[in-house]
Parts: sequence; C-alpha cells; structure tokens
Amino acid sequence: MLKNRIIPCLDVKNGRVVKGINFVDLKDAGDPVEQAKIYSDGGADEICFLDITASNENRDTIYDVVEKTSKKCFVPLTVGGGVRSIEDINKLLNCGADKVSINTAAVQNPEVVAESSKKFGSQCIVVAIDAKKNGNKWEIFTHGGRNNTGIDAIEFAKKMEDSGAGELLVTSMDRDGTQAGYDIDLMSKISLKVNIPVIASGGVGNLDHLVDGIKLGNASAVLAASIFHYGKHSVKEAKEYLDSKGIPVRI
Amino acid sequence: MNVTIVDYNSGNISSVINSFKEVAKDKVNIEVTSDLNKIKSSDKVVLPGQGSFKSCVNALTNIDGLSDTLNEFVINNKKPLLGICVGLQMFADVGYEETETKGLGWISGKVSKIDNQNGKYKLPHIGWNQINIVKDSKIFKDIENNSHMYFVHSYEFLPKDKNVISATTDYSSNIVCSVEKENIFGTQFHPEKSDKIGLKIIGNFINL
Repeated sequence: MLKNRIIPCLDVKNGRVVKGINFVDLKDAGDPVEQAKIYSDGGADEICFLDITASNENRDTIYDVVEKTSKKCFVPLTVGGGVRSIEDINKLLNCGADKVSINTAAVQNPEVVAESSKKFGSQCIVVAIDAKKNGNKWEIFTHGGRNNTGIDAIEFAKKMEDSGAGELLVTSMDRDGTQAGYDIDLMSKISLKVNIPVIASGGVGNLDHLVDGIKLGNASAVLAASIFHYGKHSVKEAKEYLDSKGIPVRI
Repeated sequence: MNVTIVDYNSGNISSVINSFKEVAKDKVNIEVTSDLNKIKSSDKVVLPGQGSFKSCVNALTNIDGLSDTLNEFVINNKKPLLGICVGLQMFADVGYEETETKGLGWISGKVSKIDNQNGKYKLPHIGWNQINIVKDSKIFKDIENNSHMYFVHSYEFLPKDKNVISATTDYSSNIVCSVEKENIFGTQFHPEKSDKIGLKIIGNFINL
C-alpha cells in the first residue's frame, strides 16, 4: 500500500536555514545540509528546500547546498524558489535535486511546465501553487506571496496537471506561518479536481493538522517546516501519531 | 572492479551516481559514461532512465552503437546489468508511452499505463510503497519482505513470463516492481532514493 508522505521543508537563504513568519522576520537557524541529514536519518520521506528570497537575490549558494545534500541524503530532494527557466531546472537537477518546484514562472509562462516535463519527465516537475482566499474563491499569488494575479487557484491546478506537472505543492498564504492548520477546504478542492498527487503546505502548528491534511484535505503528502525545525516534534513522532490515527505511513 | 553507469542523456542521473559512489566508497570504481569501450570492459552496468519510455529509447539509439554494445554485454557475455525505472521498462519488447516504441527486447513483454481505475488512484504512483518479494533475487539479499521503496512512475512492465518477477507492489493492482532473469536485474522503484535499504540493494548488485 502506498504511504502518505511527511516532508520537512527547510527555508534557505544565502545557503543558511531560516524560517519566516508569513515570509518576514527571518531567523538564522542552521546549516541546511546537516538539517536535511537529521531529517532523512529521522525517517523523513522526502526533503524540501525552498530558496525563499531567490526571486530577487543572487541564488548560486543554493546549488552548493543541493550538491552537498544530495551526497549525504538518499531520499528524494525537492528544490524550489526562483526557478525561472529550463536552464535553472537543468542546473538544479545536475546538482542532485530529484524534483524542482516551479511557482512564479509557472504562472507567468505555463510553457515552462510543459517544456520541462517533456524534457526532464513529469516525475521531477512540481508546480507550487500559493493561494489566498478572496471571497468564495482562491487566487494565485506569485513572487513569494507578494503579487496577486487574480488567477483562480483551482482552475490553475487543473491547467498545470494538463501541462504535465507531476505533483502540486499547494500552500495557503492565509495560513502560512500562522500554525493554525492547513486550509483544508482549498486542499480538498484541488485534490479532488486533479488526478496527480497534492502536497499540502502552509500553517501546520501541531500533529493533528497533519492528520487533517491527509484525512480531510485528501493530500498525498504533508509538508511542514517550523514544527520540525524548532524541535517541537520529530518526524518520527509525527509518523507514529499519524499511524495511531490509522494513516498509512512508512515506519 | 568497474561498474559503469550508462550516461545516455536519459534525464537526471546525479542521484544514481551519488548513491553508487556512496556504496562503492574507494573499493569499486564507478564510471559514468557512454563510451562503448569502457562499457564493454566493465564488470557490471547500470542502466538508469527517467522521463518517458520513448524519450529513453530515443536517447539510447541516438548514441551510435550503444544498444548493440549493451546487447553484447547482456545477451552474449551474460554480464550483470541493473535497469532502474525506465531502465527496467526498456527490457520489454514494446512500450506504449506517448506512442508505440520498440524496446530492447531482453525480457519479453510490454509497458503500459497503470490502470488508475477511473481516477481512484492518482498517477504518477509517487512515494513509498512496500515490496512483496515473490522469488529469491540476488539483489534482495538481506532485504526483508515488505520493505518500503520509493516509486515514481505511471507505466508498468508486464512481462510475459511471470517467472522473471522477483517483487510486486500494490497500487491499483500487483505491479511488477522488480525482475531478475539470469544476469539481468531491474527495479521499477528507485533504490538510489530509498534510503539505507535502497543503498543495500545497490550494494548487493555491486557485490554480485
């Protein structure tokens, strides 16, 4: 039986791990390579690096981080943030990333998704959807949550599936950094709309939120940052808790 | 000993390289090349593959003499080869991803899309799934039945001769996830991404 995945996410800036509260107020909290190794040794199903300020800063440091991590961690590694072009994707994959997540570029130029999934295979193309509720719909935000595009998130999700995305990483901008739990409504609407796996992200504050993301949000995988990163819970604890709630996990 | 990972523009192979180097340490030489002479003189060959069946077969045939060299290595010289993911799928006679494409024909059978039962199962089949070991395979030495392996694929290999199947995994049906036919080994899952247990399988292949 296929297991639901737990994916710790490390926000990286200038080669160092940080975790923002709603993308501001950053704190330096360690070396990403060592952090990733701790997670993979602790049973993380995948590791995710998000290069948070990549859209507007020199991002060469991330390549070095990815290269070092991929020589130490033998679980899938997803890297996102500031990925603009086929060339960026190629470079990250060559450094040892297994999947690349595309956010702003997928909105501005959906051809990048079609072209890259054709060139590298859908298995390594993750489209990151940052969405915020507006009335009774969700709209896509880009540039690390700064720009509202007005694009309907659920329709966009379907479009990305059709373009060849292998997975969708769905983040609620309303919940990100709040620790109030995933936007379950958003997750389940997208998950029911598409036939590719959905990774829920944004807002995890406790282990029940992970359970809700899978049971109520229909997510295939749950991504979280701060609950793992600040030592509140280990990945192992999270898995044991999910297991106790009847969710299939790899233990 | 020389183990060659065939570099034929089949997509991202850095994880395969990293994992084999990690396991080999300094004891075994890991080559990454499409050089025909190097392949011929190596003791074992790893055939990775990402992307579609068609794109991998095309990439293979685009390198002059590569498929003949691999044929000679595997069929005439009976030396060990491990196919990973689409690398395994290409053992088949034919694949149906994108369009009908001829495979290497080493293990008779075809590669078809996984039946997702009208959307009941999401595709690609991504994540950790347990393997059901159905016959002793040399690469499963000291691997427990029901171990978790990492999968990413939408197509499955359907071999004609079921005796080649060494493990299956349950996703909408019993999907063939590992084969062994004499000197030919293949895994649909990614041992290079399956943590310590995956590295163990790689070690088993290196130590054959």
